[in-house]
This record gives sequence, structure tokens and C-alpha cells, in this order.
Amino acid sequence: MVYRIEVSCREQVRDVAGEKLKKRIKADFGIDVVAAHVVDVYTVDADLSPGVVDVLRKDAFVDPVIHQGLTNRPTFIDADWVIEVGFKPGVTDNVGRTAKEVIEAIAGAPFGNGEGVYTSKMYFLKGPLDKEGVVTIAEGALANTLINRYAYKTMEQYRNDNGMGVYVPKVSIAARPVVETFDLNMDMERLMQINRERTWALSRDELVTIREYFNRKDVIEERKRAGLGAQPTDVEIEVLAQTWSEHCKHKIFNAAIEYEEDGRKESVDSLFKTYIVGSTERIRKQKGKRDLCLSVFKDNAGIIRFNRRYNLAFKVETHNTPSALDPYGGALTGIVGVNRDPFGTGKGAKLIFNTNVFCFAYPDHRGVMPPRLLHPKRVLEGVREGVEHGGNKSGIPTINGSLVFDDGYLGKPLVFCGTCGIMPRTINGEPTQHKEARKGDIIIMVGGKIGKDGIHGATFSSEELSEVSPTSAVQIGDPITQKRMTDFLLIARDRGLYTSITDNGAGGLSSSVGEMAQDTNGCMIDLEKAPLKYQGLSPWEILLSEAQERMNVAVSPERLDDFLALSKEMNVTSTVLGEFTDSGKFHVRYKGETVACLDMKFLHEGLPKMNLKARWERKIVDEPPIPPPEDHNSLLRSVLGRWNVCSKEYVVRQYDHEVQGGSVVKPLTGKKNSGPSDAGVVRPDLDSFDGVVISHGICPKYSRFDTYHMVACAIDEAIRNNIAGGGSLKAMALLDNFCWSDPVSSEKNPEGEYKLAQLVRANRALYDYTTLFGTPCISGKDSMKNDYIFNEIKISVPQTVLVSAISVIRDIRKAMTMDLKEAGDVVIVVGKTYPELGGSEYFSMMGKSGNIAPKVRGSVAKKTFAGIERAIGLGIIRSCHDVSDGGMACALAESAFAGGLGIDADLAKAPQIGIFRDDFLLFSESQSRFIVSVKEKDLDRFQEIFRAVPYGVIGTVRADGRFRIRGLDRDVVVDTEIDALFDAWQRPLREMFK
Amino acid sequence: MKKKRPKSLVLFGNGINCEYETAYANRLAGFDTTILHIDRLMENPKDIHRYAFINFPGGFLDGDDLGSAKAQAVKWRYQKLRSSTERFVDELIRFVADGRILLGICNGFQLLVKTGLLPAAGGEYGRQTVTLTSNDSGRFEDRWVYLKINQLSRCIFTRDMDKIYLPVRHGEGKCVADGRETIGKIKEGGHIVLQYADEKGNVTGEYPSCPNGSTEAIAGLCDSSGRIFGLMPHPEGFIHYTQHPRWTREPVEKSGGDGLRIFRNAYRFISENQ
Repeated sequence: MVYRIEVSCREQVRDVAGEKLKKRIKADFGIDVVAAHVVDVYTVDADLSPGVVDVLRKDAFVDPVIHQGLTNRPTFIDADWVIEVGFKPGVTDNVGRTAKEVIEAIAGAPFGNGEGVYTSKMYFLKGPLDKEGVVTIAEGALANTLINRYAYKTMEQYRNDNGMGVYVPKVSIAARPVVETFDLNMDMERLMQINRERTWALSRDELVTIREYFNRKDVIEERKRAGLGAQPTDVEIEVLAQTWSEHCKHKIFNAAIEYEEDGRKESVDSLFKTYIVGSTERIRKQKGKRDLCLSVFKDNAGIIRFNRRYNLAFKVETHNTPSALDPYGGALTGIVGVNRDPFGTGKGAKLIFNTNVFCFAYPDHRGVMPPRLLHPKRVLEGVREGVEHGGNKSGIPTINGSLVFDDGYLGKPLVFCGTCGIMPRTINGEPTQHKEARKGDIIIMVGGKIGKDGIHGATFSSEELSEVSPTSAVQIGDPITQKRMTDFLLIARDRGLYTSITDNGAGGLSSSVGEMAQDTNGCMIDLEKAPLKYQGLSPWEILLSEAQERMNVAVSPERLDDFLALSKEMNVTSTVLGEFTDSGKFHVRYKGETVACLDMKFLHEGLPKMNLKARWERKIVDEPPIPPPEDHNSLLRSVLGRWNVCSKEYVVRQYDHEVQGGSVVKPLTGKKNSGPSDAGVVRPDLDSFDGVVISHGICPKYSRFDTYHMVACAIDEAIRNNIAGGGSLKAMALLDNFCWSDPVSSEKNPEGEYKLAQLVRANRALYDYTTLFGTPCISGKDSMKNDYIFNEIKISVPQTVLVSAISVIRDIRKAMTMDLKEAGDVVIVVGKTYPELGGSEYFSMMGKSGNIAPKVRGSVAKKTFAGIERAIGLGIIRSCHDVSDGGMACALAESAFAGGLGIDADLAKAPQIGIFRDDFLLFSESQSRFIVSVKEKDLDRFQEIFRAVPYGVIGTVRADGRFRIRGLDRDVVVDTEIDALFDAWQRPLREMFK
Repeated sequence: MKKKRPKSLVLFGNGINCEYETAYANRLAGFDTTILHIDRLMENPKDIHRYAFINFPGGFLDGDDLGSAKAQAVKWRYQKLRSSTERFVDELIRFVADGRILLGICNGFQLLVKTGLLPAAGGEYGRQTVTLTSNDSGRFEDRWVYLKINQLSRCIFTRDMDKIYLPVRHGEGKCVADGRETIGKIKEGGHIVLQYADEKGNVTGEYPSCPNGSTEAIAGLCDSSGRIFGLMPHPEGFIHYTQHPRWTREPVEKSGGDGLRIFRNAYRFISENQ
């Protein structure tokens, strides 16, 4: 029997969701609806007693204080239209899952096979709307047709039909599970066509290598013994395609590259090994005993030492393509997915903070959106909400992040999600950074069930977004299922119940078991044992599904009973899937029959190396200089109100940044708790004053000049922010995330060689500056196809590198914030300003390139960082703010309004070279600079420390809110109030999401 | 001989996520504290009587999927305990009747309200008369708020306190009653413990001082015994001065934050009444 229960607000109760929708319809579509109301619908497909159904309607599904419920009777609300939005069959429905659990508890019996609960929402709209307007609202705000179904009716029709009608979105797959085989010895063009149709994303060379492998006599013989024919199965090709995907094997970063610059040629064998691993190895060697690194580049996250009791595991990932298609689900999966990385690193880590950096097109973007793309405002709101739910519901504080805007992110947003975990240094006497599955260990999958979710995610994200992108590549995460699983696994870890752990992310079981099996050189999996969300999945789909909330562990046979008992007790599903062997084979069976038997060596090392060409050229724009501004006051307000500079409080407030109790420096700080912190500081162990400082640097706006300096600036910015928050250069580690526009040259990508040269230069800067600063990269990730292609339209992201920095400090009571503290303190700018306005917020606002972007003078920068660190440690510095987007003017303004205090400053006293204009000095974005304030009596001590670093005492802190700056020729050029500056800085996002 | 510390229980699991710092605050206040998984407790629900004080910490029970803490509240009110006709909520009522104390923070407060343990005006335990629902802003927000303590309340957790400063971190914190009659009862019965206030301590319903649009600016309620206390703000979020958002610029008491005083009052009450 199917029951449809509709839940609406009682008449006198304020319908907050309805009001929010009404505002949104006005803001996004300019349509003034008179009223909007939201009604929750539960479609229960189960045999239940009338008593139970009555409890659902009166109590379980309603809040009796504010709601009313109706069973199999339509809700009537004064409206003109009704829209109903639900999930398509098979899409994760978290509320439906909880509703099912509640019914089972009330009824005292579990659901039968095929019974389920499905949720949807009805929207009642009153106002001057036609059918077209209703469809616009439905598709533009309420439903994402990729994952949602929707229906609408006029109120008249609704009345005549007596409601919306009942729909049960149950998955029914008529197809029976099959295993196909392929004859690879066919015509290459035909093979390439199949390759495209099946989203294998294999290259021609790779297909040839695979064909040769299966044609080998010894391989044919061995496969015969395993019960397989000469032709490979779909399972085998899918496993190879996934394992060899760009996403999993980073082929471009490992390619042999011929690099050409001004006619000179050089070859690079693997950017990853040469520059990234190379720099870290060199730094570790130089550091010797002071080396913090414990495990780098080999596990799901990098591990460093925290203190005598604990280690830290840190990872940042991207989830760009899914977030482009379904911003909410994509971003939610992004954050809960990266959570599993440190969680599945070493023996497993408890998660202590998240960090998120989002890159979008401008949210006030106007113009027609290209096909399949969502408006950037909707992407922003969806991503924000996805990360809100993922982070907040998991109980992990979000303590650092930023939003970056550029037109190039219209085709694909970049969604960087990072997580840090903490683990005891040893558990049961064993160092926690090591894990190893042993021969005979049982393969156990823990957590959620498998469906068609996210199939081909790994291969799909290795291609550009286009009209044929598969819809199944989107998953929706469930933070609560994951929280239950992690609660359980941490206890299992402490009891020593498993020997190895890893997460199921891209590539599903194929990837995770395949990687773990390298420890023993083989595995045997029985796929029919895997728990399924619904029947009808073919073996290859079970193996590759990216259904969320799953970890794999290796459990020795003696501990198996204990492990499964604890799992049962804590209400978590654990399934034995097979065992690790030393057979040398990745061996998969389905109902007893072998469906895949691949050599481990071929699977992991058979991939042919890519050979690529890179060609560098300098690009200079010829442009006339900009006229000097007439009014520096309004100019400053305009720059403060730029999307890349303005307050992100709207987003930050909606993330819990304090859960777990270790919050020391919050993302918002200062007199009104709303100034922009440079770094986050947390104390993960409440019994100790040791802390972690987390920050990041990202400056894609400099990429069009030279990615070498772009990366140098990103590293400088990450370190600068960290130091400004009280971090320590000596105990700092970095993490790099590259998000590139396709750097492989082809007919449809003629810019490929240039883009690859940009990649080479970016890597060189990473090597040069990390080794100079002594800050090793401990982990990272690359995403190489951030392009959108549709017919003639191509949109590429600006080449983007996110550098995240964590440092360990010994006394969080010395952490630093950016707000001015007290009238009479002196204001100092540390670091020299150069005429470097290329890519600056000021020049971008004026529509100019500027040509000369900031460079990092490494050795001075290093001395500057060391000086600030020392002065903070000695308690000399009272406030410290990094100078970045918007230059010195914006940094001074931010420190002032965050402190609720004014400034009198004199530009002539700022150290600089070659600047003759006030606006250039105010808004140049030269690197390695800080605005600090100190007590006047401490100036001598300050000078003592900064002998070898350029700085200038440029002013004093005022007791009132006046903000006054004298220019190079001593005239007052800025004279305004901090409240006006604060308002200009807060306005953009506040107004957009009023 | 060293005095035996009173035992307290902090629940976790199914989406609760403030158990670590809540337990920490308990221990700082002097309790011998155990963190226990809800599902584990349901195996032996009578185990609660081994403790003097139970904490329902913040989090997202069952993802707040049917409304905040709703799914757990329904389970505790309907699910029959193992080999018994009783429900867990009956066990909790007995626990309090024995003179012991319950604290619900944020999601825990929502849970106490939806199981009908708060405000339980007139001693009517088990019937829900108020709720905590979507903030008027329609948003989850993390911000610090000033709170005025109602001197007429019987709440044992807020004795000798007047004005405090704590973080709120919720999307469903607006307190709404099922009618005027209930509002009258909770006001007269001294059930209102905490109200949102401005910096000077004047009670206000204005956003953002009052972050959610609560009726009567209610931030915390107790039952008529004063031994069940629920509040939306997080006392465990301010037990050390470095948690204060402005500790780098303002003089902040170094010996423990405003939130710790709530746990110390719990300890004092148990010590005096054991």
C-alpha cells in the first residue's frame, strides 16, 4: 500500500522556507510572487497498520506545535500554481532513509524487500505567473533536472485532480546483470568509438597497450586457467580504464615533456617526480632531524608530526565537474569525500577541521548561459549549502577558506575541500603512519550500499564537460551515515581490529581494493556479496560504483568476529568481500565465475608513458596608462567592494567554525566579530597549548602573465597568511592543488602546448620557492581538464593553483589577529612595494591588464616571515594583517574597521621602488608585505628585529573612526570614516543574499 | 582519602558531534565522565541510573532529517525497550524524579523539547508543547550572543549568574509554543532560564542579538524542578578564554569561560545533594 503524507505549516505559523523562496524568486527572476509556501511530502510504499500511519501523520513526520499532516488527502493553500519536486529513481534520498528508520522503530519491524520511503516537496505559488514563469522557477531554482523530477499544475487542475497524484520513484532495472566481452582486435576507429560511448577515456596508445596485453600467449593461457576466454570482459576493461584514468594515475604530471622557451629546448621526465617529490625530498634532507614529514605522497593524505602524542594528516581535494552539474550534491560529496582521505590515511585519523576554497564566475553575471551550465549565483548557493551540510553535520569545524571570482569559472567552478585529521603517534605500540594489508587478510567494505551512483566519475572527470557528460556521474553524500561509520571505525582502530584502511572514492572498489592489494600483490573479490541499493547492477557497475560513505579495511581472520560484532553493535553495515592474496592477480568473481583476472603488475605499471610538448611564449598587451583617479575615497570603497576583496561573512557564518571546542582564531575577528582573519588557529588537543595554524594562497589572476610568478605568489600568500596568524615557518608544511585547463595539445585544443608550458613553469616555481622557504609539500592533487566545450563555445578556467599551509605552534596563547587594538599604537608596513599592478584588483576594475604582475623576492620574503614570527613570539606585534588583493589601502582599511579604530597614515614613509603615483602605491599587490601595529614603546625592539627587512612606520592608530592617508607629496588623498569603508566591504554579498 | 567524583554521562552517536568538548567541560567541572553511544545505551537503558548527570550534546541527530532531533525523539517516545513495555522517555522521567539532572545543548535541547521533557509546565512530562524550528533568517548561523539569566527561574545550572556570552550554532533555534496558554505557563512557572540580550544585557528580539526570532527571545528553558535544562547556545564552546572571539583584544577572564560556570553549577548541585 502507498501512503502519501503531506506536511504543511499551520495557518498562524510563519513559513520561513516559503518566505525564503519568495525572496529568491524576486532576486533571481525578478518575479513578484504574492506568496510562496512549501509542503513536505512523504510517499511511503510499505505495508503498515493504520495505527502506525496515524502516528506518522500526527507526530513522526510533523512537528505538532507548528505543522498539520494529511494522509492521502491533498493540502489546500491559497495559490495559483503548485509545483512538486522529488528525486529521480535511484538518487540518494537522505530524509527518506531516516523516515524509513523511524517507521521501523515505531512499527517494531523492519521494512520488507522493495518497501521504501520517498520524499518530495510541493511549492504553492500565488501571483501573476504563466506556465513559462512556472517552468523557469521550477528549473531555475527548485529542481535540478539531472537528479530531480518535477511536475506542476494550475490550482484549478490540482483541485480537479484532487491533488498532485501519487508517484513512487522506485528503481526498476529490467536488465539482468551481464558480463560482456570485447574483441579488441577490431578496427582502431571502431574501438575508439566504443571507447567514447562507454566513457573509458582511454587514449589510442593505451588501447593498443591493452590489446597487446590480451593478445599475449602467456596471458591467454593464464586467463584460460581462470575460466576466461581470449577476449577481455567489460569488467577488465573498466578496471583498466579507471586505474589508468588521468584522475587516478596523473598521466600528465608523470609524462615525458619536451619544453621549449625562446628556441631553447629542455626535457622533463615527470613534473611530479622532478619538482614536487623532488623539492620535498630535498627539503627533508636539508632539515634532517627537524624534518616534520612522516608520510608524503603515498597515502590518501600527507602526515606530519604534531607533538609528542599526535600526528596530523592533511589533504585537499577538488570536486569540480560534479559541482558544475549539481552544485549541492557535488560539493556535499566533495567535503564528505575529502573527509575520508585523512580518515583513511595510515591507521586512520580523527577529523579536526575543514577548509574550503571556491572559485566561481561573478554571481551578478548577466547574459545567456551556455547549454547545461547553471548560473554562477545558483552554483555559489548550491556549493555553499552542500559544504554547509557536509561540514556542519559531520561535526568538523570549517576554519579557513575563501571565494575567488573570475569569468573563466563559468564553464566549471572549482570546489576545493580540505580536511585535517589527528592520530595518536602510536596505537598498540605500532606507528600510526604505517598500514599494510597482509596475505590472508579479509577484505571488508564498511558503510553504505552500492547503487549506480557516480559510475565513471574517475574517467569522466578526466574529460572536459560537454553535452555527452553522463548524468550518473553525480553522487549525493550522506554525512550522517558517514559519521556513524567513522564513529565505529575509530573505536575499531583503537582496538587494533584492522591492519589497513582506505576510502572508496573515485573508481570505487576497483580503485580502493586495487591499491590495497599492492601490499600483498593480489586479491580475490566475490562481487555478489556486495550489498546493493537495488537489483540489476552488472558486475562492472558494482566494482566501479562511487556510491558514498564507504571505507575498506583489511582484517586478519582472527579479528574478524570482533570486528563484525562491534560493527553490528554500532549499527554500521560491514560486508566481507574477499581476501588479499599473493597470486599476482587482481581476481574478481561473480557468483563463483571469474569475471576479471588481471596481472597486478600490468594493472599498476602497464600504463604507457605520455609524451607531450610544451612551448612557452610571453604575452604582452599594449595599452595606454590609466589616468590618475579623481577621488581616492570612492576608489578605495569601490576596490573594497570588489567580489574578490569584499566580506565573505554571508558564507562564513553559515559554517560551524567552533565545534570540537578548539577554536582559537576564528575566520571572523575584531571588535564586531566580522573582520577577515588571515589564518585559522585550532587547538585539537584541549589538554595542551599546542596548535595548528591553517591558511592558503590562491591567485589565478596572475596566470595570464606567467604561471611561474603566479605559483610563487600563491606560496607567498599561503605562508604570509599563516605567519600573520602566528604560524611558524620552521614547522610548516604545504599542500598543492593544481586545476588546469587541458594542457594536451590536439586539434580541438591548439593552445595545449602553451598550457603545458604554463604547467611546467608553475612546477618550477613550486620547486624553487618551497626549497627556498623550507616548506615541503606533503600531498596534493591535480585536475587537468577544467574546460567546458559545447559546439563553438569553449570556456576554460584560468590556470589555478591552491597552496594550503599548515604549521604547528607550541603556544596558541600567542596566536595573532589582524584587527588594530588600541589608539596610539603605531602602524607599520613591512615589505617593499613595487609598481606591480598587473592583474591587481584596481587595474582589473579599470579594465586594464597592467602587464607587470607581482614577483616574489624570495630571500627578503624569508627574512620578513622570520622577523614577523619572532616579533609575534616576543609579544611585540599587536595586530598583523597580510597585504594581498586590493593592496596596502585595503589591508589598512580592513585592519582599521576590524579594530573599530581609525588611522593617520603617510604614504611617503612606506618603503617602495619606482612608484610615483599614490594610486599605484595604495593598490599595488606586491608580495611578502604585512600591515602590523605595535605599541610605541616597543618600536626600538621592533627595529632591532627588522634590521635586514624593509619597513616603514607609516602612521598611528586613532581613537575615533577617521581614516586618513597622506599621499607621496604629503596632501591628504584619503579622508573618510571606517564605517563607510566597512559598509562598502560588507555590501556585495550581504545585498545579494538579503 | 580523595573524594570520589560524581559520575556524568555524555551521549554520542547517530549524528551527535559535540561529545568531545562537552565531556571535556564535564571533567573540568569535576565529574567522572563517560561518553556512551546511544545504540549501546539502548542495549541497557537502565544504565543511566548509574550516573548523576546526563548530557545531550549538540549535533545533528539523524541528520535533523525530519526536523531537528525529531527522529530520535520519536524513537524514544514510541520504541518499546528491549523485553519491556516501557519507552526510554519513561526511564528519563524516572531519572529526574530521583533528583538527578539533565542538560540538553542545541540539538540536545531540541531533543528534550521534542520528547516533551521541556518545558513540561505543570509537571506534564512527555507531551510536546513548544518547539524549536527554523530561524527567521532561514539560515544556519554561527555567532556569539549575550544572554540574560532570568533570576526568577529555578534552574540549578544558572545559579549566581546574570549575563553571559556564548556561541550559537544552529539553523533551528526559534522557540515557538503551541499557544498563548503555554507561553503564560512557562513565564509564570519560571521555565524561561535564558533570553537573548544586547551587549548591555537588555533582553531583545532584534536580529542579530537574537539570532532566530524566538518567542520572548527564549534561548533556554528548564522544567519546574529546575533540574532539566536545555539551551540553544553552546556552554561547552566557552570553557577557556582563547575560545572568546575577542580574546586577542579584550580583557577576558583567564580562569574559565562563562560556559564552564554552567557545568560547575551542575557539579555544585550534585555535590550538595548527594
